[in-house]
Amino acid sequence: MNDADKNLMGASAPRKEGRKKVTGAALYIDDISFPGMLYGVTVRSPLARGRVNNISFTGDLPWDEITKVTAEDIPGENYVALILNDQPYLAKDIVNHPEEPLLLLAHENKYLLEKARRSVRIEIEELPAVLNLEDSLNRKHVIWGSDNVFKSFLVNKGDVDQAWSRAAFVIEGTYETGAQEQLYIENNGVIAVANERDGVTVWGSMQCPYYVHKALVKLFNLPEEKVRVIQTETGGGFGGKEEYPSLIAGHAALLAWKSGRPVKVIYDRAEDMVATTKRHPSRTQHRTAVDANGKLLAMEIGFVIDGGAYCTLSPVVLSRGTIHAAGPYYSPNVRIRSSAVATNTPPQGAFRGFGAPQSIFALERHFDRVAKTIGLSPEEFRRRNFIRRGETTATNQVIQEEVDLSALLDRALNLSNYYEKRERFEKENSHSKIKKGVGFASFMHGAGFTGSGEVYLASVVGLEASADGLVRVLSASTEIGQGTNTIFCQIAAETLDLPYESIEITQPDTSVVPNSGPTVASRTCMIVGKLVESAALSLKQTLIGSGLLREGYSPAEFKQACADFHKRFGPLRATSKYQPPENVFWDDEKYQGDAYGAYAWAVYVAEVSVDMYTYEARVEDFVALQEVGKVINPVLAAGQIEGGVAQAIGFTLFENVVWQDGRMVNNQMTNYIIPTAADIPPIHVYFEENPYPFGPAGAKGIGELPMDGGAPAILNAIENATGISFTQVPLMPEMLMNGLGRSE
Amino acid sequence: MDYSITPIAVSLTVNGQSQTVEAFPMERLLDVLREQLRLTGVKEGCGEGECGACTVVFNGEIVNSCLIPMAQVDGAEITTIEGVALADGQLNRVQQAFVEFGGAQCGICTPGMVLAAMNLLERNPHPSESEIRDGLAGNLCRCTGYMKIFEAVLHVCESRKEDTLPNSG
Repeated sequence: MNDADKNLMGASAPRKEGRKKVTGAALYIDDISFPGMLYGVTVRSPLARGRVNNISFTGDLPWDEITKVTAEDIPGENYVALILNDQPYLAKDIVNHPEEPLLLLAHENKYLLEKARRSVRIEIEELPAVLNLEDSLNRKHVIWGSDNVFKSFLVNKGDVDQAWSRAAFVIEGTYETGAQEQLYIENNGVIAVANERDGVTVWGSMQCPYYVHKALVKLFNLPEEKVRVIQTETGGGFGGKEEYPSLIAGHAALLAWKSGRPVKVIYDRAEDMVATTKRHPSRTQHRTAVDANGKLLAMEIGFVIDGGAYCTLSPVVLSRGTIHAAGPYYSPNVRIRSSAVATNTPPQGAFRGFGAPQSIFALERHFDRVAKTIGLSPEEFRRRNFIRRGETTATNQVIQEEVDLSALLDRALNLSNYYEKRERFEKENSHSKIKKGVGFASFMHGAGFTGSGEVYLASVVGLEASADGLVRVLSASTEIGQGTNTIFCQIAAETLDLPYESIEITQPDTSVVPNSGPTVASRTCMIVGKLVESAALSLKQTLIGSGLLREGYSPAEFKQACADFHKRFGPLRATSKYQPPENVFWDDEKYQGDAYGAYAWAVYVAEVSVDMYTYEARVEDFVALQEVGKVINPVLAAGQIEGGVAQAIGFTLFENVVWQDGRMVNNQMTNYIIPTAADIPPIHVYFEENPYPFGPAGAKGIGELPMDGGAPAILNAIENATGISFTQVPLMPEMLMNGLGRSE
Repeated sequence: MDYSITPIAVSLTVNGQSQTVEAFPMERLLDVLREQLRLTGVKEGCGEGECGACTVVFNGEIVNSCLIPMAQVDGAEITTIEGVALADGQLNRVQQAFVEFGGAQCGICTPGMVLAAMNLLERNPHPSESEIRDGLAGNLCRCTGYMKIFEAVLHVCESRKEDTLPNSG
């Protein structure tokens, strides 16, 4: 990668910060300390819902040395500014979920501090709580607003009601998914420095520096320029560091503000698991009308997610889940009713896929049921109903891009030897206690914010070239392992005809970088990457337009031109702001129109074995085929898919959040199990490339896609192996035993 | 931990350097490495010996340093990720392969994973894929799905077969 490379986009440039990471030199938040720094801890609610009567400090401890912060100490607004602003930084009189923050403590000795945390006595009068989705929907108690509902959507296409009577078949089903912990290996953590003179500065592990910035401005009631947020090396996020860092950053900053000292707040694993957000549990109900030829007539879908005690991002999670609920199929009539409801559990939040894995699980399980009922193979039923160019989605978005899902399906089934395996397993299973099966899911994932989201975000990226020709990318898009740094450098280098090594990334720091939006929604490559590309083009045109450079220049000539530019005109900088593609239409009221600029399309095939003695289900082999536009970096892209598939396998067979009185009780890596190196099957990743005109070099988004298809493919395979149709994930061995036991 | 207990003196050799530290008997080796010796390449992921982010080599064996109390450390020889690059600052083969094959994503498990991979290859220079899986099963990675880590380790084995240079990884 030493020469200017015309084909850098599409090559596997080595990870930009790879060397730092393999040598242990990369500094994560807990690796940083400041002179005079205190540690901060959070005292939390012991109950799901109650009225706080008294807080007292017991035991033989130097309480006067310990900084204490309560809701009374908050200089500005006591809410985490996000969507509805209903979540307090510190509960005052009423607590609405277990582990809700009540009080903050800081001291320089972390062992003494832990003792102090345990010596705070909280007197709470218990109030009736709602602990699951059904009780919330049925309004067993009203715990939020007037009806426990954060948000509802109604998507209506055609007229489903006139379809039922014309249908040859009407098939119903209900499907459920559980909570899932993001389990980034680096826990949440921040360091804050805060005082009236300088304002508030926070360093931390996070996905979205400007979300934290917005929240701190409100919390301290400070002008924007008095708040500064800096992302440090971040050890995984997966959505779990989308909105939660705003809370923990505020806590550290409040302690710093009061004590006048830098304060570090680092969660340990148990606290991170018990107190922070997870994937929303869900329930989906399907009613599907099909004609005698196996063509869809109508889809009626009810989709409900459990948002926990406060709104956080639930409306947006619900939106993505709702839009993906009808999948990559054409049906003339569709009605989707969805809601996000409140329960007295810690708020749920973003997790890779953001509602789509839940609703796609339901659909792709349901379609195997539909196929079986009407006497078609799962693949044939889907072939007859795949959406094609010119047809409309559930929101009446006309698919403009070339998409051939039947061909994608055929290729995935061939790559996985699907037909041969189905035949062979059927023979072998009859005389074996290990039952084998193969199943698939076909699906899509929209990249970027839903609907008008990208227009509202109006993201900006900057590029700077120094006098010695070094180019820096300025964006708030964070590297959290997915490869932001690397692909941005590839995009800028190829666009500027420079070597990969001559591009650098500026550390995301809100006092330095423009707001390129949050690092979420599979938008970093497609949306922000495109802005990097256009800023790079504009930088190049500035040099050419000023007569300092000619097309076909060498890196040395570029360097000289930068030096000349600086001498004559001063700093060399270009920015690019998001412009929506033309002819994109979205109606937020009716939920109609172009939900996403582009979709990635995929077919995933899972092979499983089910041990009839131990009721252990294992994924033995996995094929992941997807069309994602241009692949910018094949090694990183495959890494994204493999990692997402592994998380989907965890979601399906391993990761069981056990709730008791609204609290996760298995909040340890010892009893909340994620897949190890010994548990993951060979994952075979294949890409098809159909360049998307509005992504950099044609790239679409891929980050969330691989989370969507694993669960239904695996449960479809388990049905193929055992004949039992399971409708719920995680599918733990106990549930397999119960299901299989009933059938024997 | 009771902060009134008296610290003890512990002698240890870390990355080839002999030193003596003062620590509480039940203080975790992990904290002493990170806080006193500033070897922050040793990471904490779970604090209970499940994730392997705090892996170090301890008298030739890989251990979770979050489970080792300082009372057991006197006289020990310890290698951390900071001690494995080659003398001239070049990456060793395993580190190089992790960069080249995408074995590191967010990087938080990487120091432990690299040490576990190096230790595996020392014990078994030519492991099969299933031996690699078993050998690395004590180190959790949430990003990669492990495939690229296996590829990196297999590549090191392959490149060793191809040349006869002294073992550098």
